[in-house]
Amino acid sequence: MTSLPTLLIQGGRVVDPSQDLDGKHDILIEDGAIAKIDGRIDGKTAKSKGAQVIAAAGLVVTPGLIDMHVHLREPGQEYKETVRTGTMAASAGGFTAVACMANTVPANDSRSITEHILLEARRAGFARVYPIGAVTKGLEGQELTEMGELVRAGAVAVSDDGKPVMNAELMRRALQYARHFGIPVIQHAEDLNLSGKGVMHEGEWSTRLGLAGIPGSAEDVMVARDLLLTEDTGGKYHVAHLSTARSLDLVRWGRSRGLDVTCEVTPHHLLLTDEEVARMKFNTCCKMKPPLRSEKDRDHLVQGLADGTIDCIASDHAPHHPDEKAVEFNAAPFGILGLETTLSLCLDRLVHPGILTLSRLVELLSTGPARILNLPVGTLKVGSPADLSLFHLDDEITILAAQFRSKSRNTPFDGLTLKGRPVTTIVGGREVVLP
Amino acid sequence: MTPAIRWTRKDLLGIAELSPAEINLILDTAESFSEIADRPIKKVPTLRGKTVLNLFFEASTRTRSRFEIAEKRLSADNINFSTSGSALEKGETLIDTALNLQAMAPDLVVIRHGAPGVPQMLAERIDAGVINAGDGAHEHPTQALLDAFTIRRHKKKIAGLRVAIIGDIEHSRVVRSNIHLLRKLGASVVVGGPRTLMPIAMEKMGVDVAYTLQDAVRDADVVMMLRVQLERQGRMAFPSVREYFQLFGLTTARLKGAKDDVIVMHPGPMNRGVEIASEVADGPISVILEQVSHGVSVRMAVLYLLSGVQSEEA
Repeated sequence: MTSLPTLLIQGGRVVDPSQDLDGKHDILIEDGAIAKIDGRIDGKTAKSKGAQVIAAAGLVVTPGLIDMHVHLREPGQEYKETVRTGTMAASAGGFTAVACMANTVPANDSRSITEHILLEARRAGFARVYPIGAVTKGLEGQELTEMGELVRAGAVAVSDDGKPVMNAELMRRALQYARHFGIPVIQHAEDLNLSGKGVMHEGEWSTRLGLAGIPGSAEDVMVARDLLLTEDTGGKYHVAHLSTARSLDLVRWGRSRGLDVTCEVTPHHLLLTDEEVARMKFNTCCKMKPPLRSEKDRDHLVQGLADGTIDCIASDHAPHHPDEKAVEFNAAPFGILGLETTLSLCLDRLVHPGILTLSRLVELLSTGPARILNLPVGTLKVGSPADLSLFHLDDEITILAAQFRSKSRNTPFDGLTLKGRPVTTIVGGREVVLP
Repeated sequence: MTPAIRWTRKDLLGIAELSPAEINLILDTAESFSEIADRPIKKVPTLRGKTVLNLFFEASTRTRSRFEIAEKRLSADNINFSTSGSALEKGETLIDTALNLQAMAPDLVVIRHGAPGVPQMLAERIDAGVINAGDGAHEHPTQALLDAFTIRRHKKKIAGLRVAIIGDIEHSRVVRSNIHLLRKLGASVVVGGPRTLMPIAMEKMGVDVAYTLQDAVRDADVVMMLRVQLERQGRMAFPSVREYFQLFGLTTARLKGAKDDVIVMHPGPMNRGVEIASEVADGPISVILEQVSHGVSVRMAVLYLLSGVQSEEA
């Protein structure tokens, strides 16, 4: 093991909601941890002690950003993405950590798969990877996984994401059992009978386009059911990619009853609506689950961000090979990329217009997911692991899918010019250098 | 008189994007083609040397045969592809199919597909003009055009008419194209059918919505019945054909509230005794068979306008 460098990050605007910090500070990193954070740290002294100085004047410096909902596709679908390319995409997008979903092939329902993912992540070294184990064996919705084994191997939560846990009794058991390990059960909330063969949100635009609709209630009934089960079990429940106004109201209701419930939203549900399917003429990069919802839903989600109901923004980074997406809208797989667009989209569309403060955005992208998954990162408190993201607030970036680090290209944001650009990431006290 | 405009589009993908002037241009052109059917030799040399591919990914007898007749009467060379035996069943993607078609250098491609948006996808990738002959529940522009042609023949106008369209609204491309067309030409439209087959937010398309046959046909100048897609029954849309007929089957008695000179239409194929009683389908106010023959004239007009020979002649 080579020794870790001493780093001095100088002159940046440090935004760390975990300690209510927003201002010019220097940060000293030693042995992979935050050693000191101060208005000014003497560079000369540090340099004489062998510190490497990173000039951060004009940049924003935050606790490392965490995307708690990504699909790395490894093992099994390496033609879409690998742990290596996915974590490269994460770093390019300003993220220092991701939590990856269990719907690999085979599913991450056992210790060996979790260990394999972690090994690949260590080999790549571009970002921390926190595996999420399956709730049920093979994601089949029949039997619980060995959650204790998964947690011992390094899993931080359980989810059958991509599929819901449809069986209410099994969901109840999962919420009970996961309590032994203090991990959340993350639900892809979708009643499969209600969503049926739907391919987009059920509303004016599905009617106009003649595409089968997925009603908002397909999500709402699951969230409502799960909240009742959470109340009965005292479990820890997290709603993945929450997309409707009513589900958000249900989360508020759950909180008012004192339940341990959290939720995430994706950038695309915050920024786009179902009309996009018509505007982009059936482009399959507008097809994902849950589908892009109505303007009313979108508006409600943005309010929920601002008022604190929503705990975190997660991208649901879902790589699919270009050939898989270049088919009829009905036939295309659900899902779009997110790791290399999320930060810039949030800065341009949420922070610059004044909807969110920068500090609130960092909370949503770092402190929030760290709290939900009970991670030691997401803070710059002295002694914490030195994971940091550095980005430019005002520099412009043009999203070019062809140049993504991800193996896939499926984004509806290709060609957009946005204000706010990731610059570099530091993971465990080392600056990440992409090949 | 409609203002003299030229056809400039490469494709006919839907009615939604057409202007009223473009719609009238097609209808007027169809008018001039309609007398060919009465000639002893039903053929003109207009599209001689042009190649038309008929690409049907979904079963169709009526639409396909009317396109074929229209193509033959215009002297075009036509080739038919259907799903059975095509490369698609061997796993070829639609884009590869499109590229292969492009390599054959056709002038026009007529496409029917079960998935909304497929004609659009094809049109973006090939040079040939693409005619949408029905894409899922999205659009069926030539059907709406022939319906308008038929209405115009009987009512001498479309503006100001009240048109009721009744049946399985949710799964019907015919209703969507008709709504766009009729509203663009100034008619008012009411759609009617069981609530389980009525898509959400239908009124956003600018129509009235009725949930009984009586409400739907009230004061109607035109009543258009849609085929009940019997294969949809499994999806819990309605409990039985018998109950469907009791609630939404068109009989002479149930036409009472409509205008005295109401005409009844059906895009076919009909389910007698399900959505329409034989006494109406075969009765004096039915124009259903006229729709079939007008379908040829309208498709001749569309093929002619999209082929570009109009500008070659000028």
